Amino acid sequence: MEITKKVREGSVRAASRLIRNLEDHVPGAKDTIKKIFPYTGKAHVIGFTGSPGAGKSTLIDCLIAQIRKREKTAGVLLVDPSSPFTGGAILGDRIRMQRHSLDPGVFVRSLATRGALGGLSKAVGDAIHVMDAMGKDYVIVETVGTGQQEVDIINHAHTIVVVLTPGMGDEIQAIKAGILEIADIFAINKADREGAGKLYRELMYMLNMADGFPGGWRPPIIRSENMFDADSFEKSLEELMSSIGEHYQNLIDQDILGDRVRRKTMLELNEALHNAILDPVLTKLVETGEMDSMADKLLKKETDPYTLAEKVAKQYLSEL
Amino acid sequence: MTKRRLRIMVAKPGLDGHDRGARVLARCFRDAGYETIYTGCHQTPEEIAAAAIQEDVDCLGLSCMSGAHRYLFPETVKVLREMGGDDIQVIGGGIIPKADYQVLYDAGLKGVFVPGITLDDIIKWINENIVPNVSD
Repeated sequence: MEITKKVREGSVRAASRLIRNLEDHVPGAKDTIKKIFPYTGKAHVIGFTGSPGAGKSTLIDCLIAQIRKREKTAGVLLVDPSSPFTGGAILGDRIRMQRHSLDPGVFVRSLATRGALGGLSKAVGDAIHVMDAMGKDYVIVETVGTGQQEVDIINHAHTIVVVLTPGMGDEIQAIKAGILEIADIFAINKADREGAGKLYRELMYMLNMADGFPGGWRPPIIRSENMFDADSFEKSLEELMSSIGEHYQNLIDQDILGDRVRRKTMLELNEALHNAILDPVLTKLVETGEMDSMADKLLKKETDPYTLAEKVAKQYLSEL
Repeated sequence: MTKRRLRIMVAKPGLDGHDRGARVLARCFRDAGYETIYTGCHQTPEEIAAAAIQEDVDCLGLSCMSGAHRYLFPETVKVLREMGGDDIQVIGGGIIPKADYQVLYDAGLKGVFVPGITLDDIIKWINENIVPNVSD
């Protein structure tokens, strides 16, 4: 049975192997993505970001339960960092959501960043397409928990949840650029800890200073407390699930869903153009030895990189 | 295509909560360049098998210190094959008496690693014996 058909019928094995082939740039995997592409665009993609240890995986585990309660299906992509020294990785997010592993309506797949910056891996975009084409109602993406600049998720998700915990800085931290800007929903996790009230107030001040919000959507702040108090935690997760639904509805009502989708589409297009135009040229330059001889010229200060690049462009791109 | 990066899972079936060994192995695999999924303690054979297939691992490493390996390891292999994980190689480790090795090999395990073996030897064995899956 052809891979596209298997994926569209929901085969986890076929889909997971396809994602792997995309990660490893297996020729042929791209062809499959081309065939799958027309069947994408239906899933609601939710991004989870925030510092390491904030509780992203734990919240996702409970969100999956909420999704399943509503008889919808979920694909989950969990990204963890690759070692900059060995290239290996410990993908340790799924450990928080193993209770769903036997649920056929849930497909959890871990990925390593493989050197990509921005909080995700290069293959995540295509992996989202695969899960979308499988028919998952929701695709949840968890970024590497790192710092303020890991904002790649905005190019992939319709709704972004930023998970924070108390005690991680002051009001100046709260107004810096980066991940706080990208939130559609704030989740203060471990809100039973000291500093939770202060964090809530700082976020409110930051939001109050804003000069209006796109689509009129002011990010709500959801608080979740001790995960071992099941009732209270579940209530917070219901609130989170409702918020996520309301946000998506707002995108539709305010006619901005299209903008988000367009942004992702532009990014994909740019990357595909990059690969199609730049890679063959670079490969040729390396093969013919021209890359090395250009480097030699630069080291001897005979010319500059910009002149060389313009020369290459003129040579290889005849229409410019 | 050059040999692809190995994906390996470290799993602890059953009630044994002694996970230090499993975590040492997970770190060791990371240092060896593998992408390692660690599913933690107290997993059923079914949960482990389902996770292994979802994660498309080449090798599944089972760890047990409590003596329940004679049931749990073969059961996990059985369930894994039933769920369609035909091309996932299974290895095991922990507190396993020599007399039990053949039982485990007969059940489908490719290797058994007990205290006394070095981490370097384990990595060497894996590099020589586990081939990353390449079919579609």
